[in-house]
Amino acid sequence: MEISDFQSNDENAWCQGCGNFGILNALQKTLVQYGKKPQEIFLVSGIGQAAKLPHYIKANCFNGLHGRALPAAVAAKITNPRLTVIVTTGDGDCYGEGGNHFIHNIRRNVDITVIVHNNQIYGLTKGQASPTTDRGYQTSVQTGGVILEPFHALPVALVLGAGFVARGFSGDTAHLSELILKGIQHKGFSLIEVLQPCVTFNKLNTFSWYKKRSDYLHHDKEYDTGNKNLALTKALEWGDKIPLGVIYEEKKPCYADLALLPEDGLMGRSARDMSVLWDDFL
Amino acid sequence: MDEINLRVCGQAGQGLQVLGTALGRAYKNAGRHVFMIQDNMSRIRGGNNFFQLRVSQAPVSAPRQKADIVAALDLDSIDSHRKALNEKGRLILDAKAGGDAPVQEKEINIPFYEISKNACGDKRFVNSVLLGILARMTGLLFESVESSLVKAFSSKGESVIQKNLQAARAGYDHTPGVGFSMSESNPPVSQPRLLMNGNEAMVMGAMAAGCRFYTAYPMSPSTSIMTLLARYAKPYGMIVEQAEDEISAVNMALGASFAGARSLTSTSGGGFCLMTEGVSLSGMTETPLVIINAQRPGPATGFPTRTEQSDLDLVIHGGHGEFAKMVLAPGTIEEAFLLTGYAFQMAEKYQIPVIILTDQYLAESQIDTEPLDINRIKAAHAQPPAEADLVHPYKRYALTESGVSPRGIPSLINEVVYADSDEHTEEGHITESADTRVRMVEKRYHKKTASLLKETMKPKSFQSHEADTLLVGFGSTQGVIKEVCERLQKLKIGCLHLPQVWPFPSQAFIELTTNIKHLVVVENNATGQLRRLIRRETGLEADASVLKFDGRPFSVDELHARVEEVIGSWK
Repeated sequence: MEISDFQSNDENAWCQGCGNFGILNALQKTLVQYGKKPQEIFLVSGIGQAAKLPHYIKANCFNGLHGRALPAAVAAKITNPRLTVIVTTGDGDCYGEGGNHFIHNIRRNVDITVIVHNNQIYGLTKGQASPTTDRGYQTSVQTGGVILEPFHALPVALVLGAGFVARGFSGDTAHLSELILKGIQHKGFSLIEVLQPCVTFNKLNTFSWYKKRSDYLHHDKEYDTGNKNLALTKALEWGDKIPLGVIYEEKKPCYADLALLPEDGLMGRSARDMSVLWDDFL
Repeated sequence: MDEINLRVCGQAGQGLQVLGTALGRAYKNAGRHVFMIQDNMSRIRGGNNFFQLRVSQAPVSAPRQKADIVAALDLDSIDSHRKALNEKGRLILDAKAGGDAPVQEKEINIPFYEISKNACGDKRFVNSVLLGILARMTGLLFESVESSLVKAFSSKGESVIQKNLQAARAGYDHTPGVGFSMSESNPPVSQPRLLMNGNEAMVMGAMAAGCRFYTAYPMSPSTSIMTLLARYAKPYGMIVEQAEDEISAVNMALGASFAGARSLTSTSGGGFCLMTEGVSLSGMTETPLVIINAQRPGPATGFPTRTEQSDLDLVIHGGHGEFAKMVLAPGTIEEAFLLTGYAFQMAEKYQIPVIILTDQYLAESQIDTEPLDINRIKAAHAQPPAEADLVHPYKRYALTESGVSPRGIPSLINEVVYADSDEHTEEGHITESADTRVRMVEKRYHKKTASLLKETMKPKSFQSHEADTLLVGFGSTQGVIKEVCERLQKLKIGCLHLPQVWPFPSQAFIELTTNIKHLVVVENNATGQLRRLIRRETGLEADASVLKFDGRPFSVDELHARVEEVIGSWK
């Protein structure tokens, strides 16, 4: 596979310099390395700038409703387990509109990879606060500054039992691409949150703001990605240092294992001899 | 007597549903027709629930207002049930169940709790005692009771079966007189016949259609679809997934459908409200979707366990924007089965949402029925489109004469498939083009609706040739309307029943009503939603409405009286 195999001819609608480009490049790179054909990859998204990403990659795509990428994605994966299912979503789409699906699909643990483009702001609706906007940040709606506690998705995911929790930065595509590959290879729900500058509406959390705070976990030889307590501590860190890398990984049975899903999922003909069942109504 | 009507009341949690099914099955096995409604409160324990069973020599598909026998397992709400007795009716009670309540006129005191204790050493077998008593009073042979009880408790083991049989035998033997025996003028109906409710028939229809993925959030009165499918799922390779909410359910159903599985979700009105954005998504992405809405009275939480037909407007219009969809409204057990299969077929053929509209009354009423034939339902599973229909590179939304594009399923065709909830190009990419917009709206709404109208199911007419007046209804009221028609034949009354309400079968409706003087629309709602729909789609103004919105179904007697009243008012 080459990058060109995954190139879509659809015109890109993102702002110039948007952090999403880094994620797009990283994902394309990952897919080349992963080696499956475009028709075996299924990208699912909701609404927002992140949700447009599937159009810019050559692969199957279901660009559904705001916040609803996860239900569609897990059901598609259950139906056809041979598809590699990747969700591209944003902080508003995934943590706001789709919050309930975020919670319960971590618990459901279907083998999908979820990339959350977290730019800490609403871009497509022009700059309102998102669930992850830092306290005090002023917007056209939060005129006196955000007063709500930011939503910290990574600790939430850990507490809900997510088996793969990672954070990347769109400014470091090589590192991000590795994380995405690990996420895809992890069997179960994989969450990769990506720090992504919004060049138009977020004047605080800029490219250099994130870069200055990048704290790569792999630099710490002692860091154990299998230690959940340590992972929780790291996942809660948000300030002068923001941890990047695989925060937690745990092998655990996924939905298909526990639901005893056949290898071809639900793709074939179902058993049609219902004669035994009629007996219940005789 | 040509028919017997029995009501058994008691608290929630006293096992009325098991008793009702066992009793209904016993009469069915004895060759009688049965029809049973469930009247339950929205609570887990206590309160007062009842079932009412109509046993008849002729086929029956509606309840009667009054009962010949009311049996009370609990005396708390006995006064309301006393009113349900007809002139010759008798109330059976265990006076000791209410602290030695004085026995009144028309009451028969039988110590069924004591009989249970004496026969099995346990008061808990009282339901089977009552089953024996009712069987004896109505002239049912014990062998019918026996086979029905064995079936009811087959999964509980031999000892439970034996205890229940002992209890039933004790009740049967304790009861002296017959009193309510059915006349034997008609021979018993040949068996096997099924005893099913609407939800069960739809489960069988979905399975016959090859449905592989079902997801829902529990909501009365649709929940038994989920529990029954969950029981059957494993050996049939189905996945039954309980969703975190109805929004998730509808989006999961769409994800599974897009990936190639026939998928289903079911709910009631409140859940359907949450699903409407998914209905719209199905319309826009042209992803087949089947939703069952088992209606209950609204607004909001309403009457969770009762019946109404007030979501007609909602399901026809639910889902923002303009796109083709189909709404089916089965009126019998057989229709519930067949239309569920048909819903899958049409959802797939036109790549649209199809909604099946039932209600608590149809969903939970048990009716004896001819065996259902799965070969009348077309099963299907994911397959690639015919190569001849494809253009390369593949376009998910290729513009065609019929408005339907060859449906590529990811990994089953050798190209990628793009689907989008935004307005999109033929390739499935986001567009702002005015021209493309117009062509896509025409594709999704006009072209598909035109094709759908060509194969719209016509209203079913009954006794309409000689009729001056037609009673018109949709969905679950079919049985009661038909029976009232039969009773009022002398008044030149016929009826029309709509198994499909959207797209509305306007042309057929106009043709079928050309020589009719009066239209009376019968609906289980407060505002006459079907009547308005008829006016809007045909220009025909009905002469009268018969509406009922107290959360209960029409009884034959009530509808009979109200139709007579309407007709009388014209003279």
